[in-house]
Amino acid sequence: MKQEWRSFKGSHWTDDVNVRDFIQNNYTPYDGDQSFLEGPTDATNKLWEEVQKLQKQERAKGGVLDMETKVVSGITAYGPAYIDRNLEKVVGLQTDQPLKRAFMPYGGIKMAEEACTTYGYTPAPELHKIFTEYHKTHNQAVFDAYTPEMKKARHNKIITGLPDTYGRGRIVGDYRRIALYGIDYLTAKKKDDFANCGSGTMTDDVIRQREELADQIRALQQMKEMAAGYGFDISKPAANAKEAVQWLYFGYLAAIRSQNGAAMSVGRVSTFLDIYIDRDLKEGTLAEKGAQELIDHLVLKLRMVKFARIPSYNQLFSGDPVWATLETAGLGVDGRHMVTRNDYRFLHTLENMGPAPEPNLTVLYSSRLPESYKKYAASISVKTSSIQYENDDVMRPVWGDDYSICCCVSATQTGKEMQFFGARANLAKCLLYAINGGVDEKTGQQVGPAYKPVTTAVLDYDDVMAKYNVMLDWLAGLYVNVLNLIQYMHDKYYYEAAEMALIDTDVRRTFATGIAGFSHVVDSLSAVKYAKVTPVRNENGVAVDFKIEGDFPRYGNDDDRADCIAVWLLKTFLKKIRKYHTYRNSEPTTSILTITSNVVYGKNTGTLPDGRAAWTPLSPGANPSYGAEKDGLLASLNSVAKLPYEYALDGISNTQTISPGALGHTEEEQSGTLVHVLDGYFDRGAHHLNVNVFGTEKLKDAMEHPEKPEYANFTIRVSGYAVKFIDLTREQQLDVIARTCHDRM
Amino acid sequence: MIRGAIHSTESFGSVDGPGVRFLIFLKGCRMRCRYCHNVDTWDPYSNDLRTADELLDQAERYRSYWGKEGGVTVSGGEPLLQIDFLLELFRKAKARGINTAIDTAGQPFTRKEPFFSKFQELMRYTDLLLMDIKHIDPVEHRKLTGQPNDNILDMFCFLSKIGRPVWIRYVLVPGITDDDGCLRKTRDFIATLKNVKKIEVLPYHSMGEYKWKELGIPYSLEGVKSPAAEQVNHAQRILRGKSDGA
Repeated sequence: MKQEWRSFKGSHWTDDVNVRDFIQNNYTPYDGDQSFLEGPTDATNKLWEEVQKLQKQERAKGGVLDMETKVVSGITAYGPAYIDRNLEKVVGLQTDQPLKRAFMPYGGIKMAEEACTTYGYTPAPELHKIFTEYHKTHNQAVFDAYTPEMKKARHNKIITGLPDTYGRGRIVGDYRRIALYGIDYLTAKKKDDFANCGSGTMTDDVIRQREELADQIRALQQMKEMAAGYGFDISKPAANAKEAVQWLYFGYLAAIRSQNGAAMSVGRVSTFLDIYIDRDLKEGTLAEKGAQELIDHLVLKLRMVKFARIPSYNQLFSGDPVWATLETAGLGVDGRHMVTRNDYRFLHTLENMGPAPEPNLTVLYSSRLPESYKKYAASISVKTSSIQYENDDVMRPVWGDDYSICCCVSATQTGKEMQFFGARANLAKCLLYAINGGVDEKTGQQVGPAYKPVTTAVLDYDDVMAKYNVMLDWLAGLYVNVLNLIQYMHDKYYYEAAEMALIDTDVRRTFATGIAGFSHVVDSLSAVKYAKVTPVRNENGVAVDFKIEGDFPRYGNDDDRADCIAVWLLKTFLKKIRKYHTYRNSEPTTSILTITSNVVYGKNTGTLPDGRAAWTPLSPGANPSYGAEKDGLLASLNSVAKLPYEYALDGISNTQTISPGALGHTEEEQSGTLVHVLDGYFDRGAHHLNVNVFGTEKLKDAMEHPEKPEYANFTIRVSGYAVKFIDLTREQQLDVIARTCHDRM
Repeated sequence: MIRGAIHSTESFGSVDGPGVRFLIFLKGCRMRCRYCHNVDTWDPYSNDLRTADELLDQAERYRSYWGKEGGVTVSGGEPLLQIDFLLELFRKAKARGINTAIDTAGQPFTRKEPFFSKFQELMRYTDLLLMDIKHIDPVEHRKLTGQPNDNILDMFCFLSKIGRPVWIRYVLVPGITDDDGCLRKTRDFIATLKNVKKIEVLPYHSMGEYKWKELGIPYSLEGVKSPAAEQVNHAQRILRGKSDGA
């Protein structure tokens, strides 16, 4: 056995790339509590202070500290750069300066240029020439092929957030592979795949696969080159914990240097790295203080990931998120929990360096996790509101025990799968199209097919449902086809060679659609069914308002009358999506997850039959509508828990804010209560929960006084990620404040 | 079948008894506490009348959140004013294996019949009582709540005798319930009880004030501020018999 693999057990993983097998054979479950944890070292404090100083300057400069205007980003675009070389245990920056944003034109040159000019930078003119005259970008290719109908749907925002100007993201390279195997072994494996790719008959699939493999092999060599610049030889496996962390980070760095995807997840690295740290601790070459320092420094690097974005992107995904999602905990298929000391260390970074939105720390939850870990995670939530919880008990049967979260909440088998991500369809707007015969309520354009509109004075449930059904058919078909086109062009012009080099060649692909406006459709249909809803039509016959008489059940109160409609809507939408061919025979999935785009979707959606006013935010993700929850937190959670995960494998995002007083009087009581809430919710089969613990007063104060030092790192969970509250647009802040805060009666 | 006059329910209660609890607020109260934050529960009339089984069916939808300790807490209003309904509710709750708690001010308590026998039976189905001491001094108590406190203190003694666990709650109102003499007298009383599991000091807050305005009832504590954390801790130390007292 290789020297780097000394004392590791198991055999499968030694003659094939199989990180899962390595983990299962070598990790040590930890049943103790957090008392072993160590505080930050001086080096950590100094580095974090420096980064915070830079972040402050960044904010003072309007959100961007510095921008590249000459060099096109790529794995080897930059030589080594540091925050403070003598202090960093984990090295590597995206560009040549900390927080400086790279120039990434492959998604679209217009976007890359606009990102520069927005912040007062002028990109070099030759770059413009190269990426318009000599090299086509993803964005140009997509627009070359769009149909007029697609452009119209996009323009009217019935489909929004399409990755047609930037990287699609959501592809998690198995960065652990570099640490475990080294680049040379991985290259040899890919070369072997290349040699066995196709029978010699050159079909489209075979040609494309061969080209992609060649790109992947090239990317692997570039990773080696990049690491060599920093003085490391990653051709061989990592020999100790420090190297393992460093090798893994180089893989991730290669990804974020070559791709600006909306989500650039790190993956499930916690348990894996613990094996290396544990070995060093046993060999006496590392102590706990040093172990924590390694994790702190890795996390510090992940807190610094930045991309150059344009204003319209920031409106959709407010607060500069990158979804450097990283998981802890979970259970193994064999029933052992996968909590190691390292799963504590990652959460502990939020104590050592204070709250932060990135990395997007995710606890893979089960009521069967050790009580001490559940309590610790809950206490970190109470203190920092920085972590999210996802139900391992519903994901493990589908994805096994080595999945990563590839975006906000979506699972993907690490190193085995990739995802074609694509935006959201606004199902609330679609309901208005059904009522208005395909005419957009904002622009007055005929966007959908000119089906017969609703003509009755009072909305009739059966009539509305029949019309909604066919309009949903149209939307699902158009949506899938827009995405097929985008994914095709992305593969062609902006292929993720670095990430894909760290994923099996025979990759399973999922095709991730999404739903916006979920709760409003449910409540609107319930209103039509149980109350009397009369549309008020404008001079063109378009329903612009609705008169609602009588009460009706709303989603979010554990009332089956409304919740059944919710289940129906999810199932119906996915069934419609499934009817269509999806690119590269990918497996269609859907999500109820809007990120902060609920504000933009809402801005373009008229008054709905549930009484939601025109142009106001839709409720985010799978959350019940604002003000709908009348029976408290648990009733709301029960409603969301009814949505069957198997119909929304891409995720069901739920964000709840609980005032500290509603959880208990002391911090101990508060975390204890939170554990009960999480146990109860996830035992019902729910998928995801963002937990915020603070009162509305704090939000209002932070909005009015963002300069107060205590708000500099004030982090909150929004649908799908965490964000520094003061970095949200005012509009987004007001939206967060307007949401239900579960308080004591 | 007896129906309870309900004010409201809440699926998530975490500070009204151990663990996570389903809260039922009943209508009707004879106390007129000057700081009451549920003024809208005074009137015993309700158009929301529900049976014990209806409420318990609803409560059990949240069983998965209760853990080993949680359950149902009946609050109000004054739950003991609907003792017949409460008896039925808790008898059935116990049959379903649900932990039960009553949040009461004790005002209806008397050793007279028919109340006393019913109360004794109710205690067989009650796991915990959350009880306020509004004021230890009878005169001040009447000023603060409009009701005497002798029967309330008697209820504490009775519960101590039969060994029903009690959490004592003390609302700290600056200028009314916060002087050390009064706190020490309260401590002396608490020290005679053998069933006290927890003593909580709740700082006065004016969050219920808007309800007074809505109902057009004059609010007499206008301008009274919430006590500072240090005052709360100080009161807590005295009431728990830990230094500061003498």
